[in-house]
Amino acid sequence: MSNTVISTKNLDLVFQTADSPVHALSDINLDIEKGEFVSLIGPSGCGKTTLLRVIADLEQPTGGEITVNGMTPEQARLARAYGYVFQAAALYPWRTIEQNIALPLEVMGIAKAEQQKRIAENLALVDLAGFEKKHPWQLSGGMQQRASIARALAVEPDMLLMDEPFGALDEIVRDHLNEQLNKLWHRTQKTVVFVTHSIPEAVYLSTKIVVMSPRPGKIYDIIDCDLGDERPLDIRESEKFLKIAHRVREGLKAGHAYD
Amino acid sequence: MIKDRALPVLTVVAMIIAVWYAGAALLNLKFEYDQAERIGKEMSFTEALPKTMAQERPVLPAPHQVAVEIWQTTVEKKVTSKRSLIYHAWITLSATLLGFVFGTVLGILLAVGIIHSRVLDKSLMPWIITSQTIPILAIAPMIIVVLNSIGITGLVPKAIISTYLSFFPVAVGMVKGLGSPDAINMDLMRTFNASRSQIFWKLRWPTAVPYLFTSMKIAIAASLVGAIVGELPTGAVAGLGARLLAGSYYGQTVQIWSALIVAAILAGSLVAIVGLVGSWLNRRMGLREA
Repeated sequence: MSNTVISTKNLDLVFQTADSPVHALSDINLDIEKGEFVSLIGPSGCGKTTLLRVIADLEQPTGGEITVNGMTPEQARLARAYGYVFQAAALYPWRTIEQNIALPLEVMGIAKAEQQKRIAENLALVDLAGFEKKHPWQLSGGMQQRASIARALAVEPDMLLMDEPFGALDEIVRDHLNEQLNKLWHRTQKTVVFVTHSIPEAVYLSTKIVVMSPRPGKIYDIIDCDLGDERPLDIRESEKFLKIAHRVREGLKAGHAYD
Repeated sequence: MIKDRALPVLTVVAMIIAVWYAGAALLNLKFEYDQAERIGKEMSFTEALPKTMAQERPVLPAPHQVAVEIWQTTVEKKVTSKRSLIYHAWITLSATLLGFVFGTVLGILLAVGIIHSRVLDKSLMPWIITSQTIPILAIAPMIIVVLNSIGITGLVPKAIISTYLSFFPVAVGMVKGLGSPDAINMDLMRTFNASRSQIFWKLRWPTAVPYLFTSMKIAIAASLVGAIVGELPTGAVAGLGARLLAGSYYGQTVQIWSALIVAAILAGSLVAIVGLVGSWLNRRMGLREA
């Protein structure tokens, strides 16, 4: 039994649109090991979000193979193998923070006492203890996104799929959340697939960076990012960090060149 | 706050009353001149003017005549009396409320069906829209007659006419409301592997509540119109519609206008109550008032 949790072979996805077919993903070959933090980076239209959505069974590929935990993405979704964090927090405004975190647990039919336990645990994990009874609008954007991460974690999945979760936040909040996410990943040992368009974010968080290029969306480069498990924010000024960031930047540039 | 709003509101009310008085004077003047001419007398404008405000069957009764009539038929009459406007208003109100409940339930059920099935959407929606293009005055007597022939009389036929008018805004509003969750929220439910009914109760329904109350405001006013129209073909036994019809048979314009004003007050209060319940519920759900 290998440690590969996500594996794609010649994965293809063509969207049929009104005027012409859009080749969103072309010949994607990618293996993600258990416990890895993999970032998908690239310009808009490179298919990074689409790839994440295929893994989550929110889009259907039109060719090639993909397995998630050795199953089809649909089986993995039905087995609730992952927690998905969207670009927006997508908290329900009529539910308090604790009720929002309870939402997937209610859907799964988990007992009330267990729900309470998981709510407390995961709110503590994202540093939101004490905000149980607040409504989403009473929280800042960064806190809302943290609550949505707690909601994804409450399912206790092996995997976190995150689609530009900090894209809408300002840089200071983003730095802070990156640091927290790094600690969270280190502590929970979960596999994370993370979509971003920020080079420093990708390098800071990842063990592996997948550089993608658009039209058709394909993988241009896969870069190992061996900066250790625990990463203080100032690691971003280290030579190693800058070297990896440079290679990502070159990859993004080259990927754009034949556009 | 209240002070800021009171002045413009009172100004508008004062203007309406002023226009009403002017209209009453102008429209009723001819009758006074004709009366004077018949007995061969000349009548000046200043002589005629006060009389236009006190006619028994004016073309347009003056506001104070209507006010006095309403006072006499509400406060000064026992509510059990056939002449009490409260009695008639209650008859109409009960049909209105029953029809409103029927209409709201029917509208919601239709919307739920339409949201979940493309076939129902394509097959029901044209009929729903067609139903509202038929004048209610044309279809109301037929509903009454048909239901009478199968032994259903009294409250229910009127309520069904109210239903006919009130289900439409609810159905249209709820189709919109139940379909309004963002793609991202629907995706979220999909990642949880939520069933259709879980998606409905945990996402679609709460999202639709504000839409529901907006359409219920329209529906309850339409219900009242339906109940009044439903009272016309039954031979004017009881209800505000009956008062309107009886008033027009006997040229009792003051009675007609009193019934109209009471109907308007009733409609206004009903819409306000629905609105208050709606915003109370919004607050309970923790939604910020827009």
